[in-house]
Amino acid sequence: MPRIQLNVNKRMYELEISPWVSLLDALRDRLNLTGTKKGCDHGQCGACTILCDGKRILSCMTLAIMKNGAEVVTIEGVSEGQKLHPLQQAFIDHDAFQCGYCTPGQICSAIGMLAEGKAKTREEVKDLMSGNLCRCGANIGIIDAIMEIHGGLSHE
Amino acid sequence: MTQDNNAVGKPLSRLEGKAKVTGEAAYAGDYQVPNLLYGYVVNSTITKGKIVSIDVSDAKSYNGVIAIFTHENRPDYASLDLKHADMDAPPGKVFKPLQNGDIKFHGQPIALVVATDFETARYASTLVKIKYEEQPFETDLEKNLGRAREPKKGLATALKPPPPKPKGDFEKAYEQSPFKVSTEFIHGTEHHNPIELFATTVVYEGDGKLTIYDKTQGTVNNQVYVANVFGLHYKDVRVLAPYVGGAFGSGLRPQYQLFLCAMAALELKRNVRLTLERKQMFSFSHRPQAHQILKFSADKEGMVTGLSHAAIGETSLYEDNIEIVSSWSNRLYPAENTHFEYKLVPLCLHSPIDMRAPGGSTGMHAIECTMDELAFKLNVDPLEFRLRNYAEMDPESEKPFTSKALRECYIKGAEKFGWHQRNPIPGSMSKGNKLIGYGMASGIWDAYQFPARVEASISSQGKLLISNATTDIGTGTLTVMTQIAADEFGLSIQDVSFVYGDSKQPFSMFQGGSAITASTGVAIVVAAKALKKKLIKKVKALANSPFHVFQDDAIVFRGGKMMVKHEPSVSISLEEIIVANKGRAIKTTNMGKPHLLKLRKYSKATHSAAFVEVEIDRELKTINVTRAVTAVAAGKIINPKTARSQILGSMVWSLSKALREETILDSTLGKYMNPNLAEYHIPVHADVHDFDVVFVEEKDELINELGVKGVGEIGLIAMPAAITNAIFHATGKRIYKLPIHFDELLKDRIA
Amino acid sequence: MQSWKYTEDYHMNNFDYFKPKGIEAARELIVSIPNAAFVAGGTNLIDLWKYNLTNPSALIDLNHTGNNITVQEIDSGVRLSAFATNASTAYHPLIENRYPLLAKAILAGASGQIRNMATNGGNLLQRTRCYYFYDPDSPCNKRNPGSGCPAIDGYNRMHAILGTSKHCIAVFPSDMCVALAALDARVNIAGQKSSRCVPFTDFHRLPEDTPELDNTLGHGEIITSIDLPHKGFASNYSYLKIRDRNSYAFALVSVATGLELEGSIIKDARIALGGVAHKPWRIREAEDFLREKQATEKTFESAAAIILSGAQGFKFNKFKIELAKRAIVRNAAMALNPSIQKPGAQPS
Repeated sequence: MPRIQLNVNKRMYELEISPWVSLLDALRDRLNLTGTKKGCDHGQCGACTILCDGKRILSCMTLAIMKNGAEVVTIEGVSEGQKLHPLQQAFIDHDAFQCGYCTPGQICSAIGMLAEGKAKTREEVKDLMSGNLCRCGANIGIIDAIMEIHGGLSHE
Repeated sequence: MTQDNNAVGKPLSRLEGKAKVTGEAAYAGDYQVPNLLYGYVVNSTITKGKIVSIDVSDAKSYNGVIAIFTHENRPDYASLDLKHADMDAPPGKVFKPLQNGDIKFHGQPIALVVATDFETARYASTLVKIKYEEQPFETDLEKNLGRAREPKKGLATALKPPPPKPKGDFEKAYEQSPFKVSTEFIHGTEHHNPIELFATTVVYEGDGKLTIYDKTQGTVNNQVYVANVFGLHYKDVRVLAPYVGGAFGSGLRPQYQLFLCAMAALELKRNVRLTLERKQMFSFSHRPQAHQILKFSADKEGMVTGLSHAAIGETSLYEDNIEIVSSWSNRLYPAENTHFEYKLVPLCLHSPIDMRAPGGSTGMHAIECTMDELAFKLNVDPLEFRLRNYAEMDPESEKPFTSKALRECYIKGAEKFGWHQRNPIPGSMSKGNKLIGYGMASGIWDAYQFPARVEASISSQGKLLISNATTDIGTGTLTVMTQIAADEFGLSIQDVSFVYGDSKQPFSMFQGGSAITASTGVAIVVAAKALKKKLIKKVKALANSPFHVFQDDAIVFRGGKMMVKHEPSVSISLEEIIVANKGRAIKTTNMGKPHLLKLRKYSKATHSAAFVEVEIDRELKTINVTRAVTAVAAGKIINPKTARSQILGSMVWSLSKALREETILDSTLGKYMNPNLAEYHIPVHADVHDFDVVFVEEKDELINELGVKGVGEIGLIAMPAAITNAIFHATGKRIYKLPIHFDELLKDRIA
Repeated sequence: MQSWKYTEDYHMNNFDYFKPKGIEAARELIVSIPNAAFVAGGTNLIDLWKYNLTNPSALIDLNHTGNNITVQEIDSGVRLSAFATNASTAYHPLIENRYPLLAKAILAGASGQIRNMATNGGNLLQRTRCYYFYDPDSPCNKRNPGSGCPAIDGYNRMHAILGTSKHCIAVFPSDMCVALAALDARVNIAGQKSSRCVPFTDFHRLPEDTPELDNTLGHGEIITSIDLPHKGFASNYSYLKIRDRNSYAFALVSVATGLELEGSIIKDARIALGGVAHKPWRIREAEDFLREKQATEKTFESAAAIILSGAQGFKFNKFKIELAKRAIVRNAAMALNPSIQKPGAQPS
């Protein structure tokens, strides 16, 4: 079976893996990193968003084998130890989730989106975050939370 | 209620927040279990007929496949329908997976492949070869309205009674009224589509014992179901659901992945996980299609004289799923003459299941759009029309409400929104190349309370422990229950734990109908009072206790201590009480239940008023809901932060219901054509603009010990109609079909 | 070359995986392995494979074939790597500044995450979103030639109004390609014996009698790059996308417009439509009509009538004809004042 290496949350993993295993299933079923969620498995909801080599991507739409050697950050690697990432805290403060299932994807996506540096206004943030669905309807809290951090960054 | 109220009413952040933002929160398909097998379901590709043959040989021989279950080789299970009927089962014959080769709906589960990993199970499922004999089918409500009939009655009828009996002489009143409106509404199918896929992880504990992590709104419901179906002792089945990734009604009943996963685990004596695909999420539970005809009339003073509402819903071939669609108008508006009907058409589809604000959001959309039309005919402002017809008593039952602050909703909501800026003439308001429309509507939902049991105990560390089997489907239940319990004991939030999402804990009904805060919350109050009584008794019984000279009602609990209210120096900490009890926890289990006898004299309901601004592109007709305010009267609000989120969520659902989501049914093929989240359009962030919530003060000392009524559904009742009415106001065009496609507005110029 | 041969027996669904180091090696693999497929971003192929709509015996990963320069200047204009991601293309300064119409169209498609994965070459090759195509158990002439087209008499809100055939009314779903068609891009293709260069509007095709063919790419051919001519219409451009929600949905109708003006006189014009046909729809007759005319609403209404002439609606998509006409007129107005454009290519 093919053997691949993945750096996930600053830890190296070596995996024997069939070519047809998605990166999402590799993270969840092989590495037990179940913080990354499966909501559609077809690139339609954004729940499986992770950061791969610094960019937000959908882990359901890529094969683990295609990411051999890549550096992956999942929701489990976003905080530094017990210290939450400011965006995680902003999500709590703004009640930016209800059931919490889309939350890891929303947060990873927002981190990637902010790093892209292309959104200047709230309307642009909303558009660039629209690949992450929230069925509970926590949209306003989510965008409020991101705007808090977005504002923070732009003042730096 | 306690005077030392600290936490209740505070906008606390969700206590499970950290677990949810770090990925620690484990949902049903997330549990790490050793030696896990993975299931994958094969679904019927025909709509009605029989399986002639099912050949699993290729699939079975594929490396890694452990077992394949079909109707031909499935293990025995309970044959009685009764054993399969869960607490939410409607009248009829419950669907039993793999019962036989009969196909009753497209996507019916017909085989389960179990393999060593997910990918193998998924692949092997494509190797199962099925031959069918197809039969003719009907799936479209609109084409089968002629077959509508009265729903069957059963246990569920208690919660969902038929529409009220007619009053007066509607036909005559309608005939004679100077102002009247007749409308016809068509609502399409919707699917709940929580983002979490339905999943079950079954841990086989040996000796026929199962620990089940399930996606459900009712741990006890599913525990009893699994035990009944597979002939297990109740105590040997434990269902856990501490985190539920949304459900919106779809988890009210045990779904087929639970059945199949438990069956496989028992038969193989192995741990098994079964996660459905998004496509399979369209093979059970949906909001049914509905067809409604309404006739409302008014006199020249603008008082409603007649209300007639007939609704036809859709159900499956095997169960009569009932919604309360046509029973609402006379609970809001007084009318001497009424006529209400509700009928069903059985179709070759899976059974509908309650979906957020079931029935109410369907019926009230039609009612409130019809009221808007009547107001327009009368040349009366739609808000003024509602106020003119405001019911102080419930006109339908002629009983007083336990509380009703709808008037305040109208006034505060209108004020916040700026309703007075509305020019009544349709199409008269604009901004650049956008037409502006203002619309409003009223909302009403029942205030339910189910019996619930709660265990309350003081731990050896002097902390309060509360437990109940309810789930927290994202509503904020954990936080709210902790707040209620903390206040009952005058403790800080940190000193209270709430254990939930576990069928092993004391009884709770499923989490639905906006009932859990009242149900479990009241049980917490009852149990806390009983526990305090017990503690007082214990302390008084201690040798040399300074408390025994004081009456029980002079003793309070505050800051982790039991003390005399007016002599705070006389006190003992909870920790000391436990030490005095030889380190043993002190506990009590109590039942909270609605005061049915007292409440029989009253009508009980939550209310709301929604105000909406839409912007419609003058030429392209694209529609944006740019602003919305929902004002809610729902009794006491335990946590304004999580409650606001509930209403905001419902407002996004309202936008979705009015303008976005729709399951496309191809009645020639007999199946849903968009079983995915790319073409089943739920709102994206870019759709959601300036939404706001107002909670009006509503003191209710009759409804229950807490004065709460629930906020899960009420936000979705008024706003879909308010959107529809705003579109009329912007364009002069009434659209009677949901969801509204913006291109309907193009038609005027095409003609 | 890293490669793994996993399956001993041939299974439809479980594939081998190859990671060739160059274009030639990739092409050698695709012609030597029956039923093999290229993969780059994966956002469409993996989707189709999971739905059991495509069953490659092997995936040949093009991500390591060497052509890594996203966008580069060439004599005739600018060259986009076929293997670069949509996001890196849209956000490239050369594209943002000289071809904002293309940037805008790319950013109107899919989501931030998908644009970070999907490649330019893959964008050209994406398959239709037709409901019936996506359901492996429904008849579909595109998926299973000769089986029939239930969309024609079925639910066809998203379907084509132009260039349809009695075998297929599917729509090509790309946004990026609508802009590429408008910009007169050319597609560079590495073939078996030689390379070729195809005008963009000749790359995709109409369904006619062979709806199974989306485009003119032959077996064993690889899109290596896409060339843009110098003229980028950077002063007066607009991309407008009308859909069932404000973002993350496929177009019902989209319009790419580029105008070259002298005062209010149109010197050159490009208009391409998306969401209406089996390929990006561009009618040169309409552009010829616009030349040397005043840039007025009326002028564009006349152009719209030319573009939509021959349009045929079906039961649920008749509205697209009127909507497309109005969208053309609106987008021209937006092109005259590109600063008012909204995120997600929403109408402004």
